[in-house]
Amino acid sequence: MKRLFLLAAAAAFVATPAFAEDTITIGFTDSQTGPLNVDSLGQQRGYEFWRDQVNAAGGIKAGGKTYKVKFVSYDDQSVGGRVQQLYTRLINQDKADFLFSPYSSGLTAPAAVISEQYGKIMIDSGGAEEKPFEQGNKYLFMVITSAGHYLSGAVAALKAKDPNAKIAMVYSDDPFSKAVLAAAAQQAKAAGLQIVMNESYSPSTTDFGPIVNKIISSNADAVLGGGHYSDGATLARQMHDQKANMKWISLLVAPADDKFGELGASALGVTVPSQWELQVNYKPQFGPTTAEFAKAFRAKFNAKADYHAASGYTSGVVLQHAIEQAGSIDPEKIAATLNGMDITTFFGHIKFMTDPGHHGLQAAHEMVLAQWQMINGKLGRQVVWPQAAQSADLLYPIPAATQ
Amino acid sequence: MLGILASIIDGVLVGLVYGLAAMGLTLIWGVMDVINLTHGVMIVAGMFALFLLTTTLGLNPYVALIPTLIGGFLVGVLLYWIAIHRMVGRPPLMSLLSTFSVNLVLIGVGTAVWGTALFNVDVSLPGFTMGRYTFPGAHILAAVLAAVIATALYLFLQYTRLGKSIRAVANNREAAELVGIPTTRVLAISVGLGVALAGVSGVLIATLFPFTVLSGDGYQLKGFVVTVLGGFGNPIGALMGGIALGLLEGAVTPFVPVSWTLVIEFVLFVLVLIAFPAGIFRSRRGAL
Amino acid sequence: MLPLPRRPFFWIITLAVLAFALAPLYGNDVSLRESLLLDALYITLASNLNLMLGYAGYVNFGSIVFFGLGGYICVWLVNSYKWTLVPSLAIAGVCVSGLALIFGLGILRLRGAFFALSTIGVIEAVQAFAENFTPWGGASGIYLPASIFTPLGGPARALWVIYFIMVGVMGASLYLSYAIKTSKFGLGLLAIGQNEDAAAILGVPTSRYKAMVYSVSAFLPAIAGGLYFFKSAFIQPSDAFDLSLSTEALVVGMLGGQGTVTGVAIGAFLYEELRGYLLTSSTFANFQLVVSGALLLLIVLFFPGGLMGFIYSRFPRTQKVLE
Repeated sequence: MKRLFLLAAAAAFVATPAFAEDTITIGFTDSQTGPLNVDSLGQQRGYEFWRDQVNAAGGIKAGGKTYKVKFVSYDDQSVGGRVQQLYTRLINQDKADFLFSPYSSGLTAPAAVISEQYGKIMIDSGGAEEKPFEQGNKYLFMVITSAGHYLSGAVAALKAKDPNAKIAMVYSDDPFSKAVLAAAAQQAKAAGLQIVMNESYSPSTTDFGPIVNKIISSNADAVLGGGHYSDGATLARQMHDQKANMKWISLLVAPADDKFGELGASALGVTVPSQWELQVNYKPQFGPTTAEFAKAFRAKFNAKADYHAASGYTSGVVLQHAIEQAGSIDPEKIAATLNGMDITTFFGHIKFMTDPGHHGLQAAHEMVLAQWQMINGKLGRQVVWPQAAQSADLLYPIPAATQ
Repeated sequence: MLGILASIIDGVLVGLVYGLAAMGLTLIWGVMDVINLTHGVMIVAGMFALFLLTTTLGLNPYVALIPTLIGGFLVGVLLYWIAIHRMVGRPPLMSLLSTFSVNLVLIGVGTAVWGTALFNVDVSLPGFTMGRYTFPGAHILAAVLAAVIATALYLFLQYTRLGKSIRAVANNREAAELVGIPTTRVLAISVGLGVALAGVSGVLIATLFPFTVLSGDGYQLKGFVVTVLGGFGNPIGALMGGIALGLLEGAVTPFVPVSWTLVIEFVLFVLVLIAFPAGIFRSRRGAL
Repeated sequence: MLPLPRRPFFWIITLAVLAFALAPLYGNDVSLRESLLLDALYITLASNLNLMLGYAGYVNFGSIVFFGLGGYICVWLVNSYKWTLVPSLAIAGVCVSGLALIFGLGILRLRGAFFALSTIGVIEAVQAFAENFTPWGGASGIYLPASIFTPLGGPARALWVIYFIMVGVMGASLYLSYAIKTSKFGLGLLAIGQNEDAAAILGVPTSRYKAMVYSVSAFLPAIAGGLYFFKSAFIQPSDAFDLSLSTEALVVGMLGGQGTVTGVAIGAFLYEELRGYLLTSSTFANFQLVVSGALLLLIVLFFPGGLMGFIYSRFPRTQKVLE
């Protein structure tokens, strides 16, 4: 009996290498629960969509080997403290080769600390704040446009429509929104626009009534601000309910989600800086076009692709391209390849900054401004800026609420 | 100037709702010296009740108050038997912890079922406009209903037999027992009433603002502040406390960056606790 | 009374501390180290909370405020004034203890539930303040550059140094709990916990003792906070003043048996292991709260003495040795 067992074991040992697959393990956390779960879902789907496509095509080919992609992920519950524990676990216990970012700047910053401590490459598609990139990193790479550029298009478009507009900046007190609005304030001043109100609110605010009253009192024409989904949606709704009648509203993140359309009349005319929209038409050097991506995504998830999904997918594409170009999975070689990368995919032009003070920040990708408009009786998002990428004209001013 | 007046009116309107939200907490506290830390999650239950009743049954949001009142009462009685009955008479710390643990369980279940997604019930009523400022009709109606419910509660406690029994038990439980009042039943009913009030305030709040499973915490904290301001066990005091809090928020906002409002609120809370441990609108202990 | 080193329990604590220090060194086990670090942190927080909760009977819902403030002061000193780790930790500990003494003078006048509520008020006010205070980065918080690890020999070595300091802090907390319990000060606290008015009449200087224990219970958590956030190289108000961490320290204290040194330590260890498991188990990730809540309810209803209460009643002789 024992002989037979040993024989079988030996046979298995010999036979196994034939079935062994080379795999690359990619680790990340997503916010399956917690206030960020609506936005995090898009990014997670983007990651998974890429992985399934790559594996279906056979895997990533580098250095004569073919690697299948395996994910290990955990729920960070939108809490920063868990992120560090989980990424430490992903690196030490799950032996992740590469890392993707969580969703949002507040969570990406702590994750980046861990990835740098252990020398692992992390591709960031969810955190736009620049601060984590200014601490002297070597393995961090951001594929999305950074926070400082979010509202530059909105400011430029506003100036073009109304050079005398008075702006109220009302935004969530979180690292991302603060960074965006700080940059926007500078851009507005440089454009000669007047800022009549500049205040942040606690991210847990549910009653925007007093804030809306303050906006009305400030005699502003335009509102720039918001934060993430819940507060942005509520702010839009309450501005409409209280008949603030702003001529221009730009809110971060929230209006980029299709759910925002459920607000109906409150959503009309609201603009949002977006990393990518369905109407965007870059000519990709490889990979799918916007139309192909949108169609395949819709077929798989039965949902429209938003910019979180597109950026998540792009993380995978960029990493894959770097591995293939470097011909190896050695982090140093891949970091060097990423540093020299200059490509265009359906998501846009990707190139990273390499000076030590800003390493990894996205140098080439640009935002578009989308606006909710009524087209053929249906509320939908259109790209209105820059004019070269437009799919519809900018609606200004937002029609005042009647009754 | 008009802006400040508008903020103040807004403050009073939302303050009345805060007062209602605190009323259940202060009732249970006053009657049996139990701090119900499930109060917040019961408010959320009321919010979800509104959402489910309006979306699945298509009920009018204000009609939904009635089933919520009844359901809340039953849940409250259940809560009494599970977590509070054994704690009556023990140091308040124990009931604090027992209700706290029930709270953890309920929130855990809530997030498992609904996640932390945002829910919204659209209630649109013609409002009242004053210059450039509009007071949405739903806000006005919610404030009015809060005042009505508070008054009804006060009348109930003052003039009905059951109400008087509750006040007797609150005043001196042993004496009430001696006089033949079924204290255990009265305590259970009080908790039922307290939770029903929490649920009802949840319904009204949900007609005004969107909510998540975690929204209750904020209102529970405000409930503490209101209770401390208004004196525990006193429904009219709770209403006054609520208005005071609402006024504070409304009056402070035009002058101070909005993000400082919370700091001011909590510092005030701690200061009032230290200076007036029985509440500013003091009532004699047990007079309810 | 026997001097401490002559008592067996003192050596039990020493053994535990040594076990913590040596276990991950065997095989250079980084993931064990990370998980033991969290265990040590929870034990520190729970033991110090126990000084207020188990001995004096005062529920401090906001005990995490010491942790968060310690973290902020340490990180701020390292970031803005380029101090090194150890002096920053020391100053953080001293400052937060001092602040606790001042806060304490105000809120310790309150009793029972009112005190508990005021501690919630304190933590919310401090968090809201930190979100607005620009020198501390407001809501964005403070980021530490990678260079902070250079004086410690680079990130990999620094993580070990941090671990050993944390084990030291944990050990100090356990020794402190034990030393207080066996001292006159501790007796006074326990008397306060039983019946404060009676204690006062009997001559226990209640206000002074309460203020002292509140301040002392702030010192080590502040240092732990400094360590934790230094290691994270990043601090923001929502992480520093996370009310749920306070809650967990409370649950742990009750779980193990409030007022006992061993109980709290074992409770913290078990809870953190459970939590770690729940953290990554996909079925239970959402149920962490349900499980902690249910556990706490069972303990409060049926086993108010916690784990140690149960052990003492079954094995009465352990009470002489295991404090």
